[in-house]
Amino acid sequence: MELLSPVAPGWGGTLLVGLLHSLEIAIGATCLGLLIGTAGAFGKLYGGPVTRDLLAVYTTVVRAVPELVLILLLYYAGTDLINQVLGAMGYSRVDISGLAAGIFVLGFVQGAYSTEVIRGAILAIPQGQIEAARAYGMPPGLMLRRITLPAMLPFAIPGLANLWLIATKDTALLAVVGFFELTLATRQAAGVTKAYLIFYLAAGVLYLAVTLFSNLIIGRVEAWSRRGMPSVKEAR
Amino acid sequence: MSAEATAINMAARASLWLKPHRIVLILIALALVLCAIVFMRWDWLPQYWEMGLMGIWRALWILAVTCALGFALAVPLGLAQAGGPIWFSAPAKVFCTIIRGTPLLLQLWLLYYGLGSIFPQYPWIRESWLWPYLRQAWPYAVVALTFSFAGYEGEVMRGAFAGVPRGQLEAARAFGMSRWKIFRRIWLPQAFYRALPTLTGETVLQLKSTPLVATISVIDIFAVSSKVRQDTYLTYEPLLLLALIYMTITGILVFAFSRIEARIPVKIG
Repeated sequence: MELLSPVAPGWGGTLLVGLLHSLEIAIGATCLGLLIGTAGAFGKLYGGPVTRDLLAVYTTVVRAVPELVLILLLYYAGTDLINQVLGAMGYSRVDISGLAAGIFVLGFVQGAYSTEVIRGAILAIPQGQIEAARAYGMPPGLMLRRITLPAMLPFAIPGLANLWLIATKDTALLAVVGFFELTLATRQAAGVTKAYLIFYLAAGVLYLAVTLFSNLIIGRVEAWSRRGMPSVKEAR
Repeated sequence: MSAEATAINMAARASLWLKPHRIVLILIALALVLCAIVFMRWDWLPQYWEMGLMGIWRALWILAVTCALGFALAVPLGLAQAGGPIWFSAPAKVFCTIIRGTPLLLQLWLLYYGLGSIFPQYPWIRESWLWPYLRQAWPYAVVALTFSFAGYEGEVMRGAFAGVPRGQLEAARAFGMSRWKIFRRIWLPQAFYRALPTLTGETVLQLKSTPLVATISVIDIFAVSSKVRQDTYLTYEPLLLLALIYMTITGILVFAFSRIEARIPVKIG
């Protein structure tokens, strides 16, 4: 048990730093994914034929290829591309921080899934609400901010919450490319101390705590986003 | 459907594909593929394709075994949660929550490194007939992936079992069927039909989880591509080919499941 203590001889502090990195990546990736997803959903619904086809290719390919392969591909390709662009512009090579690369890679993957979730949610908005907004003469930007986004939220939140949970668990995959997050921290701690079972169980408990805590918050947010809507339970 | 209608349908589908902007996009895609073939290095292929086929075969084998075992485990898990007494439903719920709340990579490493380091300490395990298997990596991979599939699919089966209308079960009881017969003839088939669409998604997700077994030294197609990358110092070519292979397998899986789905009775409940 003293192996898990947060001060120097124990490895608890290492695990907590790893957890912090995991959460940073998960939050960053989810935010980036939401941006890509919102833009992608609007592109798929209202964009021209070329935009729509390109987005279809994006969502299909990303959802058909394993995350691990995508992470390796984007991790190397992304850093390589940036360095080549910088080299062409006459700057020296830079080391892309693992955090930025991880957020970019996972955000790119999350974007494909959230595109589909948000597209479905927008389609679930009663058509009359959007027509009413148009009839009031709202410009598209205002309509997006005041009508479409708030009205789609209750339909999108279960799917987006699922994506957040997937994001927290996908951060573990970055251990394979050597980014220091909870799973890699666990592996190092276990490798040094040879107490494999304790550290893996501890990391499992940490991940589980994140999931259960998220579920609590998600329930609150979902209730908030449904405020003013008729309750499903009362309708029965 | 008559032959004429089929022909019209085909023509409509073809014209859908051959809009001008699609032709341009397809040409661009073909040009990209040609560039990849011409300008990238593929001379390592003849040396490794045999190993690659073995890797694909192993990945598919793991996928099939873990999906089958996982589904077999998911049925009791779903049943316990949907209609079981609390001393069955509570452990099943805890199992599903733990599996779904932690990363698969961590579960895999917990089993392989964690349990794998515990087992050799007990002489009676080392002397048992299981030891030759426990020293290899693939049993741990199969167990971890099976549990993962069972955890996710158990949750789906819970919803599917709960979604079967009560009237169906009551009618079966009124016919005087035994409980086992009700389960076998009424409850399980209807729940299975309900769960089938999500089963496609779960199987594709499971396929996308199989490369993780490469991290515990099982030689699947992902491990083969890593070996090619180490041997030849090429970064992109093996990974691109790997992505293409996974996309092909996904496409085949989705197509096969859509054929199965088309055969089940549409009207349920």
